[in-house]
Amino acid sequence: MAIIETRSLAKTYGRIQAVRGIDLNIERGEIFGLLGPNGAGKTTTIGMLCTIIRPTSGRASIAGHDIVKEPAAVRRKVGIVFQDPTIDTLLTGRENLQLHARLYGIPSDVRGKRINEMLALVDLKDRANDITRTYSGGMRRRLELARGLLHRPAVLFLDEPTLGLDPQTRARTWDYIKKMAQNEQTTIVLTTHYMEEAEQVCNRVGVIDHGRIIALGAPEDLKESMGGYMVVIQVKDPPLDRIRALPYVSEVKLNNGLVEITMKEAHIHLPDLLSKVPNVECVETRAPTLNDVFIKLTGRDIREEDTEDSGSWVDSVARYRQRGH
Amino acid sequence: MENGRFRKELLGVYAIWWREIKVFQREKSRVVSSIVQPLMWLFLFGSGVGASISISEVNYQDYIYPGILSMSVLFGSVFFGLYIVWDRKLDVLKAVLVAPVSRISIFFGKVLGGCTDVIIQVLILFLFSFLFPSINPWGIPLALLILSITSIAMVSMGLAIGSLFESLEGFQVIATFVVFPLFFLSGALFPVNDRLPAWLHGVVKLNPLTYTVDGVRGALLGLNTFSLYADLSVISFFAVLMVLAGSALFSRMK
Repeated sequence: MAIIETRSLAKTYGRIQAVRGIDLNIERGEIFGLLGPNGAGKTTTIGMLCTIIRPTSGRASIAGHDIVKEPAAVRRKVGIVFQDPTIDTLLTGRENLQLHARLYGIPSDVRGKRINEMLALVDLKDRANDITRTYSGGMRRRLELARGLLHRPAVLFLDEPTLGLDPQTRARTWDYIKKMAQNEQTTIVLTTHYMEEAEQVCNRVGVIDHGRIIALGAPEDLKESMGGYMVVIQVKDPPLDRIRALPYVSEVKLNNGLVEITMKEAHIHLPDLLSKVPNVECVETRAPTLNDVFIKLTGRDIREEDTEDSGSWVDSVARYRQRGH
Repeated sequence: MENGRFRKELLGVYAIWWREIKVFQREKSRVVSSIVQPLMWLFLFGSGVGASISISEVNYQDYIYPGILSMSVLFGSVFFGLYIVWDRKLDVLKAVLVAPVSRISIFFGKVLGGCTDVIIQVLILFLFSFLFPSINPWGIPLALLILSITSIAMVSMGLAIGSLFESLEGFQVIATFVVFPLFFLSGALFPVNDRLPAWLHGVVKLNPLTYTVDGVRGALLGLNTFSLYADLSVISFFAVLMVLAGSALFSRMK
């Protein structure tokens, strides 16, 4: 049986339908990513699964416990790291864990050992007795990860675990998350809008938009569904029909004088393509990303804030143009 | 099974209480100011007014000592309760509220934590009681009992009000329109008798803190307006009311 099962899970706030019926099965041991723009319903979905928010309709269970009928049992089975920091900054790192160990009813004879184990796992042993007010953003996040896993939950929810951290700390935080998932054999459900990071970490992702899951699968499979690599060429009087007729080309679009080609195995077929199209002035090629999947499905970019490292289809075309003219 | 669940809830109450004590130990400046402020009332205000006034043949400083103890309990308790507005703003409560512990247990942990803080402050103030010759030290245990019940009531009231507020802007309003009137209308600084203007006398008798001041003054100076039984009954009833209101509002808090 799946560790998380939801059936038509929905939440309505007045006239706003935040979540419009979600059906999901998440298996034990998965690292599952819920991807979508802000306001898509990610946080509401997690809130319902953690019994903080009462669903309007539908049902869901975690480790066989119904989230509405058995909230206490569900709460014991889940850990959560919220989007905004919730570390008690008046306490030390160790005291934060002691507080939660008691709240989760961890017996006193195993409490100290378990706390040390978790502090070691997130490399905070040396700073455990310092007030958390003195911790960096990355350290606070790690302490929250340790706190979330303290009571050996069956499922750990991470809501935007790397939001607000610098790129280097973000990468390290993901390393910790992967390590913890492995060591603790916990199922992890996370939300993020850093698509590249989700790709590296998640076994499976669900793309959520306007409160609905619009795509579900392994990152590789979703990217596969894009129909292969992207190649952009700049050429005068492009022979569009000739390009379209090539057996390895699945899609050709003309966009402001640039030819956007979707093709299979670009690394093999690109020389052939270039030999058939004379006078190419410029070429750019790259593999599709989850962000491309998202744009194709929703017609917009997932990121609301601008990041220079994006490397999405739209961005690379824009960069290409700047170079060309 | 029921027994195990009850023990987990008790552990939850203890966890929250323990957190509050840890925080209390660290906030030394707050503790110092909560001791110094009543001492200033006693030694600056008290000696100033006491230079020309004594009440019921008792030195004015001695007379207001029970009132100032009650004031410390009132301020310390209500502001402790109101502090959850700040806790919520910083999101520290969020992680606590998703734990498998009922809201009621968290509420009681907070109440006991606040009550412990306040009683420690009161005990420190009792150390100064030898400076007031009319104070009967044998009355201290009864005074402590009355002040503890009052503290439970006032922390609960603070938590109840704090549960309703989302921002800290209400703080000043509560201080001005709830806390100070409770203090000034309690007989902490003057005797409650027929010489008071009728309106004032009426309002003072409706104020629960009046009965705290009266009970403590009875215990420490032997000067009471009401019977000890009446004082204890009113304060206990008020405490039960506030605990019920506080736990209901706290449970419903978003």
